[in-house]
Formats: sequence, C-alpha cells, structure tokens
Amino acid sequence: MTEKAPPTYTRPTSPHLQIYHWQLTMLVSILHRVTGVALFVGTFVLIAWIWAAAYDANSFTIIHNFLAGIYGRILLIGWSLAFYFHLANGIRHLFWDVGMGFEKHQADASAWAVVISSVALTAGTWTIILHGAQ
Amino acid sequence: MEKSPLRSPLSKVRGLGSAKHGTGHFIMQRLTAIALIPLSLWFVYSLLNVAVSPDSAKIELWLSGEFNACLLIVMLIAVFYHAKLGLQTIIEDYIHCPCMKITTLIANIFVNFAFAAISILAVLKLHFTLLH
Repeated sequence: MTEKAPPTYTRPTSPHLQIYHWQLTMLVSILHRVTGVALFVGTFVLIAWIWAAAYDANSFTIIHNFLAGIYGRILLIGWSLAFYFHLANGIRHLFWDVGMGFEKHQADASAWAVVISSVALTAGTWTIILHGAQ
Repeated sequence: MEKSPLRSPLSKVRGLGSAKHGTGHFIMQRLTAIALIPLSLWFVYSLLNVAVSPDSAKIELWLSGEFNACLLIVMLIAVFYHAKLGLQTIIEDYIHCPCMKITTLIANIFVNFAFAAISILAVLKLHFTLLH
C-alpha cells in the first residue's frame, strides 16, 4: 500500500481590504465597533466619576474640573458623538435583525441617517449644555 | 463520499462540537441593546441636569429617589452585560493566538463584572447617603 501525500490546494481568498473602494456603509460598519470600544473606555471615566461622588470628595473635584476643562470637554464631546452614533446604528442593526432595510439603496440611506442624526443629536446636546452653563 | 478538497476550516472542526451558546449570545446582545435605548437616553438626559454641577450633593439628591437609583442600577447592568458581549465578539474576531484569546476573554468577563459591582456599589452609597 502506498501512502499518497495529501494534495495541497490554494483556497480562494477574498480581495484584500485595501483594494476596496471605500463606501459609507463599510465605514459606518467598522465605526460601530470603534464607537463600541470607545464607549467601553468611557465607562472608566463614568466609574471614576460616580465612585468619587460617593466616596472621595477631593477626587470628585479633580475629576469634575478635568471634565469641565478643555481636554475633558473634547473627550466628552467625542464620547457623546460615539454614544449617539452607536445608538443610531444599533437601532439600524435591530431593523436588519427583523429583516428590514437590506436593499442597497436602503442601507445607504440608513447609513446617512445614522451619520446625520448622530451629529445633529451631539450638536443639540452640547447646545443645551453650553446654553445652560451660561 | 469524498469530501471536497476545498473544505473550510469550519467544516473540519465541526466534529469537535460547538460551545452551543451562540444563540444565547445573539439574543442577549439584542435584548440589552433594546433595553439600553430608553435607559441610556434617560441617563444622558439626567446627566444634562446633574453632571454639570461641581457639587456631588446634587448627584446624591438625584439618586436619593428610589426610581432614579433603580433605573441607574438596571442601566449599569445592561451596559456592562452589553459591553461584555460586544468586546467578546471583537476579541474572538481579531485575536487568533489561543493563549492570548483565552486570557483576554476571561479578563473581559472579570473586568465587566468588576465594573458593574463597583459602579452599583457607588450608586447604593449615593442613594443611602441622604437617608442617614
């Protein structure tokens, strides 16, 4: 009996990422993951903030002053944008889960809706915050 | 029957069995997502009124109410459950070294449970402060 070496085959591979023409739908798709991770990182600040409010008045003042400062504000604006984006695109995913909006033009339209609504909600939220602070 | 030479790695490992928890993961990710739509919007709305204050007394006042305290605890559970599921998917997709993968998957669970416990304890402390 002769042992035959198993033949090797080259499995077909899909085109690599860098040859794709960038489209809004793929950008929104990866941004859903990016914003999800960013929001998880944001919970570090949430925990530090609420823990300090409960247990450590000095740390609370430090955290509050940082968040009210320019770098804190930039981070909070970024996190609020990430929050609204992840929320809007999450709702878009839930529609897909029940089988709605799969057509190409629908997916494009809903991707635009996610981008526009998340920017508008972020702008609206910060208008309220900055208006109320005055 | 001769197996196709273009058999995918998935088909090769099929005989090993699955973890059989995929459906549960899918459902809980959607369930926590649905719960977080109203909860997170309520939280952001509350922060607009509370978090701009430099005084933690305003947070104590906010959380002294049973309704607000309960809602925030429920939101924190949903947040860290959802974060655990989402990060798990990302780890499974991008980390291929088995040792690193197992380590980060375990760390992911520990960290999210710890975060939930820490933040809920802080909410309870803030809730009961005004009652004493």
